[in-house]
Amino acid sequence: MSPANICAMARLKGLDLIALTDHNTGGNLAACGEAARRNGLQFVPGMELCSREEVHLLAYFRDLDAALQMAEAIRPLLPQANNRPDTFGHQLLMDSGDRVLGEEDALLIGALDADLETLTGMVRRLGGAAVPAHLYRGYGLIQVLGFLPETPRFYAVELALGQPVPEGCLALYNSDAHQLGMIQERIHALPVADVPGLIAALNGKLPGILTENANHHKEGSTPW
Amino acid sequence: MDIKQLVGLVQGSTLSAPEMERPLTCGYVCDLLSWVMARGQPGMAWVTVQTHLNVIAVASLHEMACVILPDGIMMEEAVLQKAREEGIAVVTSPLSAYHICGLMMGGGLPPPET
Repeated sequence: MSPANICAMARLKGLDLIALTDHNTGGNLAACGEAARRNGLQFVPGMELCSREEVHLLAYFRDLDAALQMAEAIRPLLPQANNRPDTFGHQLLMDSGDRVLGEEDALLIGALDADLETLTGMVRRLGGAAVPAHLYRGYGLIQVLGFLPETPRFYAVELALGQPVPEGCLALYNSDAHQLGMIQERIHALPVADVPGLIAALNGKLPGILTENANHHKEGSTPW
Repeated sequence: MDIKQLVGLVQGSTLSAPEMERPLTCGYVCDLLSWVMARGQPGMAWVTVQTHLNVIAVASLHEMACVILPDGIMMEEAVLQKAREEGIAVVTSPLSAYHICGLMMGGGLPPPET
């Protein structure tokens, strides 16, 4: 997985929009955003945050600036440990042409020293959207905390196809690709035009989208 | 063993103390709330590092007696308030979860019936 490869593959698959959500860092967002633009893709700068409860939370932002502010804000909340490349792999920083610029030394795999409510608040104050990742799996909110809490209220959740959609939540069927081949075909769509529209939908600001989206998925998985 | 005796046993401090003479039925330790939701029992003393409001909801669902926080972990006041409303005792102990469980077992508190 590298910025140019990801974006070229996404274009081959006919995708309109991709998000990059590295674990607890925004170190490759600028490069991937640039590669996305070159490939005619809309790009959502994001992050997959790990809360103190060990719940994974996807954070999506309207622009790079907001995402990098978040990255800066969580930096002091990272575990005080260095990465061990032999165990966890290399945490490479690249440019948009896949040249290696350096390596992130801080261990990014652990939990941040902030709870779910705090992290969600930080994301929303920066104009972003917070979405519990892989809801029913390991590190998913339902597995860790048993059920969706009253606060923070979530308006969208990341699911695998066929899993129950919590009431009042928009279902996101992301590829959650950790390898190039895992990037999905153009099979899921949301009726939004652009990144601000997506963020608004994920924040529950487009209530009509719930029924529209449910109907779409009932009809089948053809692209919009 | 009742809650009051447990507090002494684990060198704990009570953060929520609705009914200190309530007898305990069994002890358990787990930090995945979905797991505990499937295994909780009435009168249980549950050791967890989690402090989210959902902990109290799960404890209340199973009419547990007590939540024990190891390693000196504290719980937010809003969560403690809910614990008091629901009649769940919350105890924080400076000891590790391992140590607390060892003391509970040694003190005669059995594991949950399966």
